[in-house]
Amino acid sequence: MENVAIVGIGMTKIEAAKVAENFADMVWEAVGKALDDAGLTIDDIDNVITTSNDFWDGRTISCMAVGDASGVRNKNCSCVEGDGAFGAFYGLTRILSGSYGTTLVTAHSKGSESVSSLITNAAFDPIYERALGLDMVTAAALQANVYMDRTGVRPEDLARVSVKNHGNAVHNPNAQLPMKLSVSDVLKSEMMVDPLHKLDCSPVSDGACAMILAREDRARKAKTRPVWVKGVGFCADAYHLGDRDLAEPRSLTAAAKKAYGMAGITDPARQIDLAELYDAFTHQELMWIEGLGMAPYGKAAEDLEKGRFDIGGSLPVNASGGLLSGHPVIAAGLIRMAEAVRQLRGEAGAAQASKAKTAVAQGVNGLCGQSHCVWVLGSEK
Amino acid sequence: MSVDQDLSKVKPQVYPSKINVPYSWWAGDTAARFFAGLSEKRIEATRCECCNKVFAPPRKTCPECFAACQTWVDLALTGTVTGFTVARAARAAMGGRKLPAVFALVKLDGADTALLHVIGGCAPGDVRIGMRVKARFAEEPAGGILDILYFEPV
Repeated sequence: MENVAIVGIGMTKIEAAKVAENFADMVWEAVGKALDDAGLTIDDIDNVITTSNDFWDGRTISCMAVGDASGVRNKNCSCVEGDGAFGAFYGLTRILSGSYGTTLVTAHSKGSESVSSLITNAAFDPIYERALGLDMVTAAALQANVYMDRTGVRPEDLARVSVKNHGNAVHNPNAQLPMKLSVSDVLKSEMMVDPLHKLDCSPVSDGACAMILAREDRARKAKTRPVWVKGVGFCADAYHLGDRDLAEPRSLTAAAKKAYGMAGITDPARQIDLAELYDAFTHQELMWIEGLGMAPYGKAAEDLEKGRFDIGGSLPVNASGGLLSGHPVIAAGLIRMAEAVRQLRGEAGAAQASKAKTAVAQGVNGLCGQSHCVWVLGSEK
Repeated sequence: MSVDQDLSKVKPQVYPSKINVPYSWWAGDTAARFFAGLSEKRIEATRCECCNKVFAPPRKTCPECFAACQTWVDLALTGTVTGFTVARAARAAMGGRKLPAVFALVKLDGADTALLHVIGGCAPGDVRIGMRVKARFAEEPAGGILDILYFEPV
């Protein structure tokens, strides 16, 4: 693959409710920051990918409503309906097509403006499933029970993910919920849907992220230290929950295999220095660690307890605080990539991993991780 | 003339709206036949002739073989819980469903996929993965997935 780098990132603060900005305002802010970061202007951008969801935005073809903020006028612009990491994938392939030297990718959502339970209920099949009344949280809880039944992972193991990530968020000025918690704080928080407590679930959030990808010759014009795309993989599983084995993220393992193959990663547990994963729910961080081959199946909880995934551990996971500390859906996966970029540039402050040469970032789309996008990013070409 | 740039003094305002776009999904011939079966207290599934996989709820096309699922099979009304969760507090998506509610995946005997539904007729604390259940039907079918009221322990 031709060398492509991430040369600019921009993130808004993640908040429970941004009352002063509409969704396009958030994207203006993120794009402005990404251009400043790269030392580029909108004229240096060859094409644009926006990432959005009409249901969440409450607007038909809402991608068009962030066009101005994404600088699309007189440019080729396309949209991904889904997670931002998938938007970035599309942006990368457009550069690899040879038609564009740079891509600006944007992603946004404002969870504060709708009822998340109703929006995610509408992700279920309207004929066979929707009337039952499930939503993203009840579906995730069902998955958590299946995973725990299969592996023997316990509620306190899940709680440790929450303790770690909320604690890490204390070092992230963009985080919505930095908190010093104990395992018992998590277990004592309201039982939302068995086995998930309130602190096992990511919050409803507002936020946006922008990223600039550039071909090697164009990356040289940016002022930032480039972060290189070493590998990327994208894989989906069956739509209906009952068609899948919810306890094993098959599509994540397949996506990781592709990404690792490109990046020359043969032993992810040792070769990956840090990871930013899609921890929408505590059990999912454990499942994703295992699906990415960073721990044997059912054993991520043991490594977590030993501190392996802490900021000071051998493979920090979500040193940024992750989605448990702020979850603007759609932007979430792009934010994981941007946080990995901050680490690889050595800009993560108190959350900086001691070794940050190779990182993994993950985006997820669909209920219970139907589809995964895995990025391997590197500080060296 | 000076212009006041301080937007921090602007009072937050919400612009309330309720998106209400009437929408009717055609159930399609496959789901329509499935629902007709439910109204007669039968659960029908489709089978792929290539891989022999039996789909419940029925699919018109096998997602693995890309072949038409042309054979209809009657399933037993019994099955096994392969996953579940107990919702103890009201959630908007649940509408008027009685609390606590148990959502579950039920693999019906004779099927290769699990059906998403609810468990009733027992204490939520008694539900287990691996539990055997049978379908309880509505006495007055309305033509949809809720014509199965719930699955209850055998």
